[in-house]
Amino acid sequence: MENTDKEKSKLDEELLGTILSSKSLSGDTGLEEGAHSLRKNGCSIELRSTPNVRIERKTDHPGINVYVKDGAPLEFVHVPVIITKGGFDDVVYNDFHVGKNAHVIIVAGCGIHNDDDCNAQHDGIHRFFLDEGADAQYVENHYGEGTGTGERILNPETDVQLGKSATLRMEMVQIKGVDSTVRTTNAELGEKATLLVTEKIMTTGKQTAKTIFNVKLNGKDSKCQVTSRSYAIDDSKQTFVSNVEGNAKCFAHVECDAIIRDHGKVTSEPAITANDVDASMIHEAQIGKIAGEQLTKLMTLGLTEKQAEQEIINGFLA
Amino acid sequence: MDYRYIHLVKDINDTMVELKDIGIAKGGKQILHDISFKIPDNEFIAITGPNGSGKSTLAKIIMGIDKPDTGSILLDGVDITGLSMVERAKKGIAFAFQTPVTFKGITVRRLMELASGKKLEKSEVCTFLSKVGLCANNYLTREVDSSLSGGELKRIEIASVLARKARVSIFDEPEAGIDLWSFKNLIEVFGELRSEVEGSIVVISHQERILNIADRVVLLENGTIDKVVKQGEKNSLFTDELRCCKC
Ligand SMILES: Nc1ncnc2c1ncn2[C@@H]1O[C@H](COP(=O)(O)OP(=O)(O)OP(=O)(O)O)[C@@H](O)[C@H]1O
Ligand SMILES: [Mg+2]
Repeated sequence: MENTDKEKSKLDEELLGTILSSKSLSGDTGLEEGAHSLRKNGCSIELRSTPNVRIERKTDHPGINVYVKDGAPLEFVHVPVIITKGGFDDVVYNDFHVGKNAHVIIVAGCGIHNDDDCNAQHDGIHRFFLDEGADAQYVENHYGEGTGTGERILNPETDVQLGKSATLRMEMVQIKGVDSTVRTTNAELGEKATLLVTEKIMTTGKQTAKTIFNVKLNGKDSKCQVTSRSYAIDDSKQTFVSNVEGNAKCFAHVECDAIIRDHGKVTSEPAITANDVDASMIHEAQIGKIAGEQLTKLMTLGLTEKQAEQEIINGFLA
Repeated sequence: MDYRYIHLVKDINDTMVELKDIGIAKGGKQILHDISFKIPDNEFIAITGPNGSGKSTLAKIIMGIDKPDTGSILLDGVDITGLSMVERAKKGIAFAFQTPVTFKGITVRRLMELASGKKLEKSEVCTFLSKVGLCANNYLTREVDSSLSGGELKRIEIASVLARKARVSIFDEPEAGIDLWSFKNLIEVFGELRSEVEGSIVVISHQERILNIADRVVLLENGTIDKVVKQGEKNSLFTDELRCCKC
């Protein structure tokens, strides 16, 4: 089937459905509602603003600026990227400015379908600027598919600036299909700001995934919770690096849970630094096979060992 | 309701589960030996005995979690010693753990569905949870993880076995960690379960009130059956003999 770069094909719709479906509110792709920007194979092919959300193309770099008005009640913004061929390295810069007391849900994601034998790479650089009292949820899904030997590579980078009493919830999911990822998140938190991060990553085959969190809790009473769950099977490898600095009276909780199977390998490199006597910081990490007693419990309910394993993993990554 | 007088001790020929000369060693230590007893159809059996006497081990052997070194287990006259816990579960044996297992990411609702073997309507989950005194609205979407309190986990564990509607339901210290108020309801739950599924119930317990409603109390000591007491003869159980050290 002809798959041009300027319009959406059936394959595109499918990719969009996969990366957006988890959080979409209506329709197959969620694009029917709210503001959106759709990018395909390196070109911006659709933009839509709403009264409370203005989206404009950047003039200096590829990418967009998104402005959410002060006090916007609840807005949805979708910013999917799809790549349907290899031989191609897309770098995009997206900035999100969320106004005072505005409330927004942003769904981003990258779907790569690479049937070619050369690499397809997408590196998104996202920046978030949340004003006082802003409340944003950012959901990012990554998905790779295709039959070629070309690698599917994603290196997202996220920079976060949280103003006074602002809250950002970030959810990142990457299940299979992406050969190599290095994901970096840098955040600075102001007074009473809250950052909640959940990431779920599954790697198979020879895939590698590395996530790096650099968080600075600069404001008094700021809070940060990072929850990472990873599942590494076959010969895949995952690394979790977190570097959280408490520079004021603050609270941080970093939790890394990993389940490994076969020759899967997971490294957890936590660093928590308290630079203030009132900083309270916790790090928990757990890596291992599925707990035997979990399998046992489900098997006593009549599930086979395989079904029990699947059920535990489904829950873990849900 | 007092179930004491409803279920008379049945003819022993209606035996559902039979243990014959069960023995097991762990870590070089003999945990159970020469255990033989029958769990008749529709009976309520209590197993009691000091900490470490082997009660949980015995329950796990019936469920198939632990494998005995010697002896055999029959279900309806058929030898099931070689069957896995999955096969035994399918044949209608259920077990509520003494220490409930936690799962990151599995919700209370999902656990109930897995236990009952089918998708459940909210109202059905509600029925199981309310039996153990939990309001479904607060728990349906909660994960069965360590954010639940000890008593909550214990109740959910019990509910997961109720949901199985098994022919033989084994509860390992179900009252542990459950407050007094709910304890009364728990006793009713066992009564209901028994009339609903017409199955047998085995409860491991240290609680006199549970021992009182049992048709038969099996007293384990040092890995073997010290005595079996029938309904109405309980007084002999709580002698000083049981409480003093025999070293
Ligand atoms: N893997 C093991 N290695 C060595 N000893 C073990 C092992 N597992 C269990 N035991 C021992 O077996 C004995 C019986 O344990 P079990 O859990 O069956 O006791 P219980 O009667 O249920 O005790 P409680 O009332 O405390 O629940 C205990 O002394 C215990 O320490
Ligand atoms: Mg025990």
